[in-house]
Amino acid sequence: MKILVGYKRVVDYNVRIQVKPDGTGVVTDGVKLSANPFDDIALEEALRLREKGVADEVVVVGIGPADLTAHLRNGLAMGANRAIHVQTADAVSPLTAARTLLKLVEKEQPGLVILGKQAIDDDANQTGQMLAALWDRPQATFAGKVEIADGKAKVTREVDAGLEVIEADLPAVITTDLRLNEPRFIKLPDIMKAKSKPIDVIELGSLGVETADHIKTTHYAAPPKRSKGVMVKDAAELVAALKQKGLL
Amino acid sequence: MTKILVIAEHLGGKLNGSTARAVSAAAAVKPDAIDVIVLSDAPDAVAAEAAKIDGVSKVLTVARAENAQSLAAVYAPQIVKAAAGYTHVFAPSTTFGKDLAPRVAALLGVSQVSDVMTVEDPHTFKRPIYAGNAIVTVEVDASSIVVATIRTASWPAAASNGSAPIEAISVDAALPSHTRFVELQQGKSDRPDLQGAPKVVSGGRGVGSKENFEIIYKFADKIGAAVGASRAAVDAGYVPNEMQVGQTGKIIAPELYIAVGISGAIQHLTGIKDAGTIVAINKDGEAPIFEIADIGLVGDLFKILPDLEASLG
Repeated sequence: MKILVGYKRVVDYNVRIQVKPDGTGVVTDGVKLSANPFDDIALEEALRLREKGVADEVVVVGIGPADLTAHLRNGLAMGANRAIHVQTADAVSPLTAARTLLKLVEKEQPGLVILGKQAIDDDANQTGQMLAALWDRPQATFAGKVEIADGKAKVTREVDAGLEVIEADLPAVITTDLRLNEPRFIKLPDIMKAKSKPIDVIELGSLGVETADHIKTTHYAAPPKRSKGVMVKDAAELVAALKQKGLL
Repeated sequence: MTKILVIAEHLGGKLNGSTARAVSAAAAVKPDAIDVIVLSDAPDAVAAEAAKIDGVSKVLTVARAENAQSLAAVYAPQIVKAAAGYTHVFAPSTTFGKDLAPRVAALLGVSQVSDVMTVEDPHTFKRPIYAGNAIVTVEVDASSIVVATIRTASWPAAASNGSAPIEAISVDAALPSHTRFVELQQGKSDRPDLQGAPKVVSGGRGVGSKENFEIIYKFADKIGAAVGASRAAVDAGYVPNEMQVGQTGKIIAPELYIAVGISGAIQHLTGIKDAGTIVAINKDGEAPIFEIADIGLVGDLFKILPDLEASLG
């Protein structure tokens, strides 16, 4: 079985995001970029399934500008067999990403597609569900545990009410939650090895994808700040302060 | 004509409070009609609750055996059929809505507006990105149907004084059998629901162990609060995942939030930004939680919580 893994590049999760003063975007110049943490988890899960013998090939997919290749090399260094770089200079909406992935799915015929549940830049949380819808296949979002056997995926999902277990026929789309696994670190020899692994570069325009641009972002703003509060010295003072606010 | 279809979230024959919050957001659009749709094998009790929500014009029910569990792959084709004639489809931004709404949007051929915080006009919304570190204004094409999830912490629950009519409808949609529900593992609790509770007490890594968490439960029960936890406490196995508050857990807006032994990682703060009053109790006076707390108390939680209980009598 082949597994396709979405591998998006985002502003590193440790970076404190600053909104540009003119409200046209966030500052990304000179900011550290890394793999979306949920996508690292997706890749790790795919690699573990390959190591268990459930899968025989793991393909990482990125959609983005020419310099995304270096990022995809990290996915190869982590252990993916090969990479597909769908090249575009434009920002890509979740629906466009899903339509693009569908084209690759039709070509590659994977048994499983694993994506992060959301990217930590736009926090959209849409692409996996959209791909599953367009592909007319099962979706198992927010996965905390994945078991594959007999052409089926048994997935434990982290939902608001607790843990939901569903069973999905393959092929299917799984999106990862934080507790699914802890991604491995990339070792130096793996970086060297990754240099000889193949990366297919495809122009987005050549895939015949109808881009979806129904939603335009017109303004960026910093969130309202909470003002710094007061310190109390003991439990009695705290109770008095809360009673004064009518909260106890 | 602006007509909004709100997808009801429910479990075990009870309407989830997130639905009334999504109705509040729908009302902010000032539409001509807000209809709530209930998909279930036995929708009557849930529909009766939904009919009471202020501002609801009509409740639509789709009763099918396949709707016994809320599987997105099963619900989505039915919502798509039912959405004909509507200008907007709203769902709460809970794990239920986040799972379902994008599947609906894709089938309708549109992108989705995730986590609506404010409604500027029927096609313009504000939503958070970068874990709430930036707020963007987005405009949806006037000619497109708007599919959106509603950030429940940003909206009050609409009151329940209404009496909207209930109408059973049938939708002609082929339903897949490729996805099947197995089970739901739920922590049993008599405490208030974390997402809707006016008071929440959360514990973090500073609590130290699963056993020590009893002190959090005990204090929460004393003041009638729901109990939450930081990601660190969940990852350490002190409490189950459904108690996690933060960017990747639950985003909540109680009137009173008491953070106990929580340092205040940005991921956690994202989940509590809209709380009315934030109280922080931590032994480290330099902890980031004190930057956003309205009231801070530096000290040993194992001494302070019993003191608080004693002060409350």
